[in-house]
Amino acid sequence: MMPDLTTPAGWLPVVFMTLMGVALCLYVVLDGYDLGVGMLLPAATDEEKDIMVSSIGPFWDANETWLVLGIGILLVAFPLAHGVVLSSLYLPVALMLVGLILRGVAFDFRVKARAAHRPLWNRLFSIGSVLAATAQGYMLGKYITGFNDSFATTAFAVLTAVCVPALYALLGAGWLLIKTQGALQLKAVYWARRFWWGALAGFVAVSVASPLVSQRIFDKWFTLPFVVLLAPLPIVALTLLLIAARSLGRLPMRLGQANEYGAWVPFACTIGVILIGFYGLAWSLFPYLVVDRISIWDAASAPESLLIILAGALVVLPAILGYTIYVYRVFRGKARPLYYG
Amino acid sequence: MDAVTLARVQFAANISFHILFPAITIALAWVLLYFRLRYTRTREERWMGAYRLWVKVFALSFALGVVSGVTMSFQFGTNWPGFMETVGNVAGPLLAYEVLTAFFLEATFLAIMLFGIGRVSDRVHTLATVLVAVGTSLSAFWILVLNSWMQTPVGFQMIDGRVHATDWLAILFNPSMPWRFTHMMLASGLTVAFLVAGLSAWRMLRGDTRPDVRAALGTGVRLAALLIPLQIVVGDFHGLNTLEHQPAKIAAMEGIWDTERGAPLLLFAWPDEAQRRNHLEVGIPAGASLILRHDAQGELQGLNDFPDAHPPVKPVFFGFRLMVGIGLLMLATSWLGVWWLRGGRAPPRAWLRAMVAMTFSGWVATLAGWYVTEIGRQPWLVQGVLRTADAATPREIPIGTSLALYLLLYAALIVAYISVVFYLAAKGGAQPPDVRDPAHQPQAEPT
Repeated sequence: MMPDLTTPAGWLPVVFMTLMGVALCLYVVLDGYDLGVGMLLPAATDEEKDIMVSSIGPFWDANETWLVLGIGILLVAFPLAHGVVLSSLYLPVALMLVGLILRGVAFDFRVKARAAHRPLWNRLFSIGSVLAATAQGYMLGKYITGFNDSFATTAFAVLTAVCVPALYALLGAGWLLIKTQGALQLKAVYWARRFWWGALAGFVAVSVASPLVSQRIFDKWFTLPFVVLLAPLPIVALTLLLIAARSLGRLPMRLGQANEYGAWVPFACTIGVILIGFYGLAWSLFPYLVVDRISIWDAASAPESLLIILAGALVVLPAILGYTIYVYRVFRGKARPLYYG
Repeated sequence: MDAVTLARVQFAANISFHILFPAITIALAWVLLYFRLRYTRTREERWMGAYRLWVKVFALSFALGVVSGVTMSFQFGTNWPGFMETVGNVAGPLLAYEVLTAFFLEATFLAIMLFGIGRVSDRVHTLATVLVAVGTSLSAFWILVLNSWMQTPVGFQMIDGRVHATDWLAILFNPSMPWRFTHMMLASGLTVAFLVAGLSAWRMLRGDTRPDVRAALGTGVRLAALLIPLQIVVGDFHGLNTLEHQPAKIAAMEGIWDTERGAPLLLFAWPDEAQRRNHLEVGIPAGASLILRHDAQGELQGLNDFPDAHPPVKPVFFGFRLMVGIGLLMLATSWLGVWWLRGGRAPPRAWLRAMVAMTFSGWVATLAGWYVTEIGRQPWLVQGVLRTADAATPREIPIGTSLALYLLLYAALIVAYISVVFYLAAKGGAQPPDVRDPAHQPQAEPT
């Protein structure tokens, strides 16, 4: 039941669900390419590994902070849902955290520990990245299906647990296309081609499965006028994937002629697909945080506390976006080995 | 173990692991800024050498702090669902402000600090160092506001079993916040001072006589000598503050069972909770009354005044003695050091060895202090508002499995961290490129 949206208790939860969605979406895009690069590491030579890690070195830490913000909003704005969601996902969350810990510390250990230990830390870097991405995929599957423990939902979660890492690998390869050159850049094209299928399968699987979870979600998609209004979403997403595929087909020749034109296309298209996927999910779920069980209004904190947070967020978020863009500008261009000064 | 105990052990393990790294980064950021500014002022290579080594230790510590902190943002809800459900209206905004004002600032400008040389001007690089230092301190501020509020909650009212904030200024500057915040900032300063001094002493013992070793040793020792008396004074005031607001914690710290006048300062005892008395007491008569009431005949409340509402005595009692004992050792070693190092003299090897032994003393003292204050708050999670047992997870979640996993990982990471820090120190801040020249590409290792 939707409360009066003109009262703070009505509209504040909507605002915070939006903020949380934006933060988690940014996390998936930003840490997605980091984790993707981490997963691709074993396929590269030792020098390429250094370039790959340095292409994400200045960014990963802030990227991961979007997860803290997203989960933080869930915790502070919807405390009742935070407990239910994360308790239901306890083991995959723990595995994801172990993965993120291994990946995060490996950034520093791999260059600071003895040279003889570097292969070990490189391996832990990749293992951590794969573990975190797989766990996130599994959680996505479980979350969409409302934490029902049946064979079908678990099978679906296993499917998403395969597809999300593939999506991240595609993102990571797209990032490397922009940030590297030469043989590594060419390799990135082939990596992207290989994981394109996984991203496609994931998008189709999530799109098909979500409406089947409940009658309510089905009706939100397949009744007039929504069936017409929403039809462009999957069409645009599939078109973007096809544009990415076409670009990946042409890039080897262009790159062979030192022509960088369109090297950013696969990355941008993948981001577009993720944004559409997020929007679709938000459409299906709204106004629920746990499918058909806990709505944003059931779970929200007191309006006066949410207002205090919102006031801070409105001041600080633009500043965060500003200096994030500044840092991306400082480290723009092709990655070169980074140095400590 | 029951669910509450498991939840507590897991959270304690995680937060204990986590605090080790902020304890270093909070103050090390300012020490790095000091090295940076000394270099800008003097253009002496030794300051840049010190900066170059310690920024690596900083980056490593920061990464460990980040990943263990991410874990915490999940465990707040999974291990303590009752915490946010009851006090979320106060805790939520404080945590949100920490993320918004501190985490992004630190994480983003750390990139410029670590990798920005040659890409940004000298001034912007210094500014990035300042912003990272401000970020780590802001983060400490918000989390200590929250922790202090849990010890001395004010500025709220209870409506239907949930806390609602009524006065944010009162919440921010709650009674124990100023002392706890100062105490923790000084603890971080001391942790870093002894880390820097200890590793530099170790390098000196190995025959490394480069000027940056001496510069770092001097900085560490003098910083320690300056901070430890301040810490002792602040600690005393913090204790008086605790006596006022949490007398049961003080009774446990001092091992006082029955309310008494002229309570002794126990140097050692073996508290026995079954018989509710101490064995093997060695104490200074009227010492505790003198320190806490500034009057030899001052009255101190005993644990028996708080039936079923006082903390377990042994960890609080011994944790406090461990912390104070290390503090006294810090006082002795740092002041001796200032004496030995005066006028550029070569310090004796025995003292250098003592400093090496003290390298991680700040960690032990910080953990001991936190255990005193957090265990001392039991059985309350939020003093007088919410009991720990009522906030723990009622759901069936597999804490045991994940706990074993975390413990294994943390143990391995601490070993790796300590050995890598010593390895970095052995290599030293080698390679002195001129940072003012963007065209100059240093040949240090890529990352």
